[in-house]
Amino acid sequence: MESALVSGLQGLVLGILNLTPNHVIMLLVASTLLYLGIKKGYEPLLLVPIGFGAILVNIPLADMMGKEGFLRFFYDAGVLTEVFPLLIFVGIGAMTDFQPLLENPKIILLGAAGQFGIFLTLLLALAVGFDKLDAVAVSIIGACDGPTAIYVSSKFAPHMLGAVSVAAYSYMSLVPLIQPPIMRALTTEKERVIVMGIVKQPVSKTTKIVFPIVVTIFASILAPKGAPLIGTVMLGNLMKESGVVDRLKSASENEITNIVTLLLGLCIGATMEADKFLRGQTLLVLALGFIAISLDTAVGVLFGKAMCLLTGGKINPLIGAAGISAFPMSARVVQAEGQKYNKKSYLLMHAMSANAGGQIGSVIAAAVMLSVLQGMGIVGG
Amino acid sequence: MDTWTFGWTLALIGMTGTMLVLWILSLLILLLKKIFPYQESAPKKG
Repeated sequence: MESALVSGLQGLVLGILNLTPNHVIMLLVASTLLYLGIKKGYEPLLLVPIGFGAILVNIPLADMMGKEGFLRFFYDAGVLTEVFPLLIFVGIGAMTDFQPLLENPKIILLGAAGQFGIFLTLLLALAVGFDKLDAVAVSIIGACDGPTAIYVSSKFAPHMLGAVSVAAYSYMSLVPLIQPPIMRALTTEKERVIVMGIVKQPVSKTTKIVFPIVVTIFASILAPKGAPLIGTVMLGNLMKESGVVDRLKSASENEITNIVTLLLGLCIGATMEADKFLRGQTLLVLALGFIAISLDTAVGVLFGKAMCLLTGGKINPLIGAAGISAFPMSARVVQAEGQKYNKKSYLLMHAMSANAGGQIGSVIAAAVMLSVLQGMGIVGG
Repeated sequence: MDTWTFGWTLALIGMTGTMLVLWILSLLILLLKKIFPYQESAPKKG
């Protein structure tokens, strides 16, 4: 009886006995993510489940990511198979209005320039010693697009999924702080006050319906490995624009996206086990992620300057900063920055065009990257 | 393939490819707008 009591009591203290300093650090990191999400409002839909998942996985002996762990089940079913990010893409497509882009298609080029940070960061990641595929996973933070970053990193470097995802979502939420200094540094006051004319080119409903079909066929043929990314975004958009499957559209942008966001967030948090996350490499990933988004902004603004020059000063280079995928936050940053220098300047619609271009651009950049990797024989066909 | 050949190849083709695909997409959008032009809905009679 006495030994049974001692054994029973031991069961209650085993967790404490197995608690290491690394667990404590990770519990603090997880709490910080929860604080940022709840108190500061930084991407709460993702940071709250990520933070909580990180708490669960760092409870000693709970074995949440063990063979029988419940987080392992969702991770294997949704992240390893890449299904979760793809389902989120359907929701994103259903929520995105490409009208501003369709009205002013040349602005889509800013959405390409806004992805250059991906490729420049790839070179930096290789320079600091990352393996080829690890460098690809880090560089994709520059897509400034959470699901794309998760899709690519879970494919090529699942061991870095936690760090890459946390970096991607954290920096996306910090876009209003990261972008303005870069925009100011790279533009002159004369450029910042440019007033852009109103582009009034109404788009027919048929064009809006045909657009996602054409993009899927054309872009997927050019970059077949990216077909799942492009196809899911455009499927969502087709459901929105066709207007005949309101229930599916509504489910995609609400129930499906909400459930998958919750499970995806928990799974990302579950990859943040102390022994995997507390490495020097994680700090490098965070640093490179910051550089990637800064480079995206810088190249976007510089491309905007080139367009300004080529159009005889008709384009305000500030809108180049919106050529990233953080929609519509980046467009709002551009509008606010433009208004600071010229109260008569309304850049929002132009910036929205660039921002929608950035959304397509990030998916296309990832698709191109995957297809080039396949062409180079780095990944299988 | 050595690291730098890999890096520069992926970076150059990636940037050029992304720009090219999006440029062609912008042309396709213009083409779609030509094929399916916007038409003001006619006011209802009566």
